[in-house]
Amino acid sequence: MSVWGAILLTSAGVYLLKLAGLLVPPRALEPPRVRLAATLLPVALLAALVAVQTLSDGRSLTVDARLAGVAAGGLALLLRAPFLVVVAVAAGTAALLRAIA
Amino acid sequence: MTLPADRRRAVLRTSLGVGVATGAYGVSFGALATASGLDVLQACALSLLAFSGASQFAFVGVVSGGGPLLSGTATSVLLGARNGFYGLRIAEILRVRGARRLAAAQLTIDESTAVAVAQPEEAAARLGFWSTGLSIYVLWNLATLVGALGGTAMGDPATWGLDAAAPAAFLALVAPRLQGRRPVLVAVVAAVLALALVPVSPAGVPVMAGALLAVTGAVLVRASTTSAGA
Repeated sequence: MSVWGAILLTSAGVYLLKLAGLLVPPRALEPPRVRLAATLLPVALLAALVAVQTLSDGRSLTVDARLAGVAAGGLALLLRAPFLVVVAVAAGTAALLRAIA
Repeated sequence: MTLPADRRRAVLRTSLGVGVATGAYGVSFGALATASGLDVLQACALSLLAFSGASQFAFVGVVSGGGPLLSGTATSVLLGARNGFYGLRIAEILRVRGARRLAAAQLTIDESTAVAVAQPEEAAARLGFWSTGLSIYVLWNLATLVGALGGTAMGDPATWGLDAAAPAAFLALVAPRLQGRRPVLVAVVAAVLALALVPVSPAGVPVMAGALLAVTGAVLVRASTTSAGA
């Protein structure tokens, strides 16, 4: 599959899920297990993404400047920094460590 | 029912505030997208067509990590599933049909839903949804273009720490959802499982598999505790 193919497939999938919500009867959401899975799925996916993108190179586990960067970003989050500041702090910390290492 | 002028202004102020704050981080998406190998047009297409921040970051993240394109797509679409659940609420608030429903679907994201459901009156909820959704759509796409043009000029993303920016962005997106014991537990289990799967599965699989296993586990545990308690 080409990059464009993947982009169009992603866009179609994301859009159709949005549309599905506006089309299906609200009763579909009623079973508590469906509701629970719906709330937890984004949490689980985002947490897994944080872990894998911080600590792996795609094939094996690694520790490098990214860990320090993400930790600094986490600290900024705890200090209630806005999104862009969190991202900038993480990138800046990792870049700085690499520049001096 | 029409909305009094002062309430109208209040809703529009909230919507624009959220629009500017959210739209702005389209810059980081654009920069990350082009720094990880997409071209400017591809970055802009994702913002125009997919228009769901977390899904877009996930696509770029998985693909730039060397994962197969299809697992980037799968992770991204799975993350977008929550928009479908927002849509159920938005459908009740808007009661739209035809072309308006197709447009409303594209604007159904975290922030527009949050502003809409926070309004006490239905007229304010409708105004909040459209004004938040539209202002984010416009600003997010402009910001993506700016970021993408900037990202192309930056060279190796690691020099700028951009490979740490993506996981930090995900951390910022997940943090507000970590309220209560269950979400925290699910987040930890998903992260640990995903890491454990890295050495033994193809790139792109660990994130999806770890997340699905953690959520399935949580749902099964809940089912068994509720039936035991009943």
